[in-house]
Amino acid sequence: MDTLKNLIIPKKIILNNGKEIQPPIPKLPFILVGLIVIVIASAELTDFSFEKIIKNGHQFTAILSAMIPPNWGYAKEVIKPLKETIQMSLLGSIVGSILAVPFAILASVNINHNKPLLLIIRFLLSLVRTLPTLIIALIATFIFDLGPFAGTIAIAIFTLGIVAKMIYEKIETVDMGPFEALEALGATKLKAFLSAIIPQILPSYLSNCLYCFEVNVRYAAILGYVGAGGIGLILNEKIGWREYDKVGMMLFMLFVTVVIIEYLSKYIRGKLR
Amino acid sequence: MKVEVKKQLEKEPKLWIVKLLSTLFVLSLIIWTSNSLEYHGIQESGVSIAKNILVGIVSPSTDLLINFKINGVPYLLLQTIAIAILGTIIGSIISVPFAFMCSANVVPKWISTLGTIIVAAIRTIPSFVYGLMFIRVTGPGAFAGVLTIGVVSIGMITKLYIEAIEDLDKNIIESLDVAGCTLVQKVRYGILPQLSTNFVSTAIYRFEINLKDATVLGLVGAGGIGAPLIFAMNSYRWKEVGAILIGLIILVIVVEYCSTRIRAKLARG
Repeated sequence: MDTLKNLIIPKKIILNNGKEIQPPIPKLPFILVGLIVIVIASAELTDFSFEKIIKNGHQFTAILSAMIPPNWGYAKEVIKPLKETIQMSLLGSIVGSILAVPFAILASVNINHNKPLLLIIRFLLSLVRTLPTLIIALIATFIFDLGPFAGTIAIAIFTLGIVAKMIYEKIETVDMGPFEALEALGATKLKAFLSAIIPQILPSYLSNCLYCFEVNVRYAAILGYVGAGGIGLILNEKIGWREYDKVGMMLFMLFVTVVIIEYLSKYIRGKLR
Repeated sequence: MKVEVKKQLEKEPKLWIVKLLSTLFVLSLIIWTSNSLEYHGIQESGVSIAKNILVGIVSPSTDLLINFKINGVPYLLLQTIAIAILGTIIGSIISVPFAFMCSANVVPKWISTLGTIIVAAIRTIPSFVYGLMFIRVTGPGAFAGVLTIGVVSIGMITKLYIEAIEDLDKNIIESLDVAGCTLVQKVRYGILPQLSTNFVSTAIYRFEINLKDATVLGLVGAGGIGAPLIFAMNSYRWKEVGAILIGLIILVIVVEYCSTRIRAKLARG
């Protein structure tokens, strides 16, 4: 009982000169208890049970082992949707990152002194970042018909949200000296921005765009699920038909593509720094 | 001293070739990528659908938004949060051994290379594929969502954990060694304090992302708010779509704000 009490209210420390000091009450036990309560409540809400995992776990490994070895002959049919996926994410990333620049300029405190406009732009950006990509894609398929075009739009919007946020955070930390000097010399805001701010943010802007492209390839693979083109479409179809060897082939090719793109992007980002 | 402006200007490096080449490169990429995207034009119903979604968000169905029964938005959001919490905890626990296995300063080179390949493979499989696989194990419902979120988060969490582990300050462990500490004491006082804040902050950050992913998994029948959303959309019940989207947006913004605050506090110590 005493140790339990000491855990919550630590023992007083008596210094050499006889002074008593009460150490602060530790927060860890309270956080732990709260965490345990939350976990139990969540497990209750989601019908979590270890029993099911142990009983049916072999189903999962059965699917995995059905994927190996992959159906190598299926490879040539995967190439077209895979190419489409890469094209979707590339175009979406480029369009999104170009569109992100004006938004980022309008959303940075040190360039845009118009407070209401700033808040509106920032609100729009956080709205875009809040909506999950798949749901944007779903809405896009309603508006632009099924197919890769809707997927590209979704990726562009998603990229816009992320890249704009990263750049305006970067713009707010740049050295404003050159910008003010150019303004004092009579340059317009746009001209001063182009020659004073752009050189400072360009490397990190490009590296953010590349990073976004990396992430987008993986997202583009999902978008097919709502009919927005790319490899997800046939992936979903083949899982439905339980042709797991073909699924394995698709996943393998996706893996190779993602690794190559990540490696390239890492290399270029290393050079940019 | 007189600086000759003209002479200085002439010294400016000639970058126009680089600029021209990179513009051409980007343009050719755009042309290559757009050749396979056939543009069908905006569907006739497209404009009215876009308008309906906006109208739905402005005037959501209030009896769905303020309904504390099992099919109301608050309950669904609560379930989504629960899926994200459990998934994040599972993912961040599984990631610990993976992260140590991939850190080049802890294990030999070949083990860390192998670990990196395994984690990259786990990360490549799209989340809905995991969702469909786990539904075979658990049956449709929130439980499948928990397992999926858990596995999907491994990739990113491991990556961030590895960075923390590779930044470990070895001097502290050496000085504990000198002071005659046992292995347990070295882990407790030398390694845990260095890693714990970083690990917790990573987990909270991933929780934010998982919340968004959890809404998506509903599409494959893995619980949460995604399934009612897609049903409402497919049957053109825009007021319900509006109610669900509003709930989702508010939830994500609140969680993002809290998570940023907590992480800032953790970073400052």
